[in-house]
Amino acid sequence: MRALVIAEHTNSALKDATAKAVSAAQKLGGEVDVLIAGEAARPAAEEAAKLSGVAKVLLAEAPSLARQLAEPMAALVVSLAGPYDALVAPATTNGKNVMPRVAALLDVMQISDVVSVDGPDTFTRPIYAGNAMMQVRSGDAKKVLTVRTASFQAAGAGGSAAIESVPAAADPGLSEFVSEQLAKSDRPELTSAKIVISGGRAMASKENFAIIEKVADKLGAAVGASRAAVDAGYAPNDWQVGQTGKVVAPELYIAVGISGAIQHLAGMKDSKVIVAINKDEEAPIFQIADYGLVADLFQAVPELEQELAKLGK
Amino acid sequence: MKVLVPVKRVVDANVKVRVKADGTGVDLSNVKMAMNPFCEIAVEEAVRLKEAGTASEVVVVSIGPQAAQETLRTALAMGADRGILVKTDATVEPLAVAKILKAVVAAEGPQIVLLGKQAIDDDANQTGQMLAALLGWSQGTFAFKLVKEGDTLTVTREIDGGLQTVKLKLPAVITTDLRINTPRYASLPNIMKAKKKPIDEKTPADYGVDVAPRLAVLKVSEPAKRKGGVKVDSVAALVDKLKNEAGVI
Ligand SMILES: Cc1cc2nc3c(=O)[nH]c(=O)nc-3n(C[C@H](O)[C@H](O)[C@H](O)COP(=O)(O)OP(=O)(O)OC[C@H]3O[C@@H](n4cnc5c(N)ncnc54)[C@H](O)[C@@H]3O)c2cc1C
Repeated sequence: MRALVIAEHTNSALKDATAKAVSAAQKLGGEVDVLIAGEAARPAAEEAAKLSGVAKVLLAEAPSLARQLAEPMAALVVSLAGPYDALVAPATTNGKNVMPRVAALLDVMQISDVVSVDGPDTFTRPIYAGNAMMQVRSGDAKKVLTVRTASFQAAGAGGSAAIESVPAAADPGLSEFVSEQLAKSDRPELTSAKIVISGGRAMASKENFAIIEKVADKLGAAVGASRAAVDAGYAPNDWQVGQTGKVVAPELYIAVGISGAIQHLAGMKDSKVIVAINKDEEAPIFQIADYGLVADLFQAVPELEQELAKLGK
Repeated sequence: MKVLVPVKRVVDANVKVRVKADGTGVDLSNVKMAMNPFCEIAVEEAVRLKEAGTASEVVVVSIGPQAAQETLRTALAMGADRGILVKTDATVEPLAVAKILKAVVAAEGPQIVLLGKQAIDDDANQTGQMLAALLGWSQGTFAFKLVKEGDTLTVTREIDGGLQTVKLKLPAVITTDLRINTPRYASLPNIMKAKKKPIDEKTPADYGVDVAPRLAVLKVSEPAKRKGGVKVDSVAALVDKLKNEAGVI
């Protein structure tokens, strides 16, 4: 059994999601290599080489790989797939974009969003917004997996894998990068933060999110949102937590003015401790919250900030 | 320019499904079914392309049981021109769906295939990408905005860090995210009109596609349940619990 992890990185740095995918791949029970595909991506490769348990880092560099667009990425991964029994990527938007393309080119049925590796060919994944868990056994010769990062611990440091340059496959020339609008923030990333505080429709405006952001800054937390808050334009799309947004499992999740629809719960119900602040004591979110506070958020959230200040936060 | 929109019949988004006691699946008897919400968004986008004069015809296709015809009728009522039902009672995995769609594309010759990014039953998020791979076409997943200029399509995509814009060579496969549009409700006259629009019936065998599953479902189980917790009566009490009981701040 040999697995290749397709890394999530920014060329200049490795992302935490990669370390989590590596630990999922290790559960397959064999050797794990990591592919860094990018442009001027040696710094990311060097970081990957330090992950514990990584046998080898493959580094493919080309201008066409700079943004990891699906078409050249899939061509590359397929060209390298030969010796591997499993191809594994984190279920980030990149992984979700690239891996099914790889799977189809290899005539493999991908297993998406794996939350547990139960054996080299047996996996568990959520279906129906996490209302059911399905265990499947793959009959394909190669396995193509995306793994839910919230379900795996990041592989630690301490490795010293060799970095081997590999050629980029020919660019199919089907797509071209134009531009990117990335949110700049000093806060931790939503999917790796220890604490997440999310606002819902009840925030009522973009400006009002400031009261949540102040609490986030006191706690070193990431900020999330419900779909309703994103759809209304109160929060950017990349803050959406849920079935069709990001899945998080922090130590502490604080849901503010969020009712607790199944689609939202799908993205946060594996958090260690859940707090709900909602003025409706019947709100479904209270059924899964460890600590519920029935209150008007416009009073409770600023008060929370003051209480945290008292603790010296 | 023809646009093909594959649509899936799924459990209604408001239904909380139950796992069957014998662990073989979820109980779908007497459960409300509907068009997958992301497919609705794809149909809406295709109809808008037609209304803008960019598309000349919108063809919808569904792979599923006879009842999937209702899903096609819904799409026709929203403004699609005609439907194709690829009838099967089997559970068809995304890879096999993509293979059938590839054959439908060969027969229909669309320039754009517009799909939802995921179906809310299996939550796989694969079919569009797989279809693009099998066709050797470009792909624009999780679309937030589409602009067609000549033989290119500029697609803004929802990605983890924000938005990304790419330029795709046509023909292309596009998968829709939540924010690209708000699907219309079909008006009564359009629902009546849709009844007269043609729906062709086919089977996977007509396209020579083997739909035998690659994945054996070993077990379907309930997710771990969370116990409800306690209500606190003040913010100060909450902070105290978080610090001294849960130890998370
Ligand atoms: C295909 C599909 C995909 C979806 N994907 C997602 C997803 O990924 N993530 C997601 O979140 N949703 C998703 N949804 C939407 C989901 O079904 C809900 O509509 C959404 O989560 C509701 O957001 P909300 O809780 O902010 O709003 P609401 O349900 O409107 O709840 C607002 C809450 O705020 C409370 N409130 C109001 N005023 C105050 C106040 N002053 N102080 C305190 N509390 C107050 C109310 O009591 C209420 O409980 C999806 C839906 C579909 C159909």
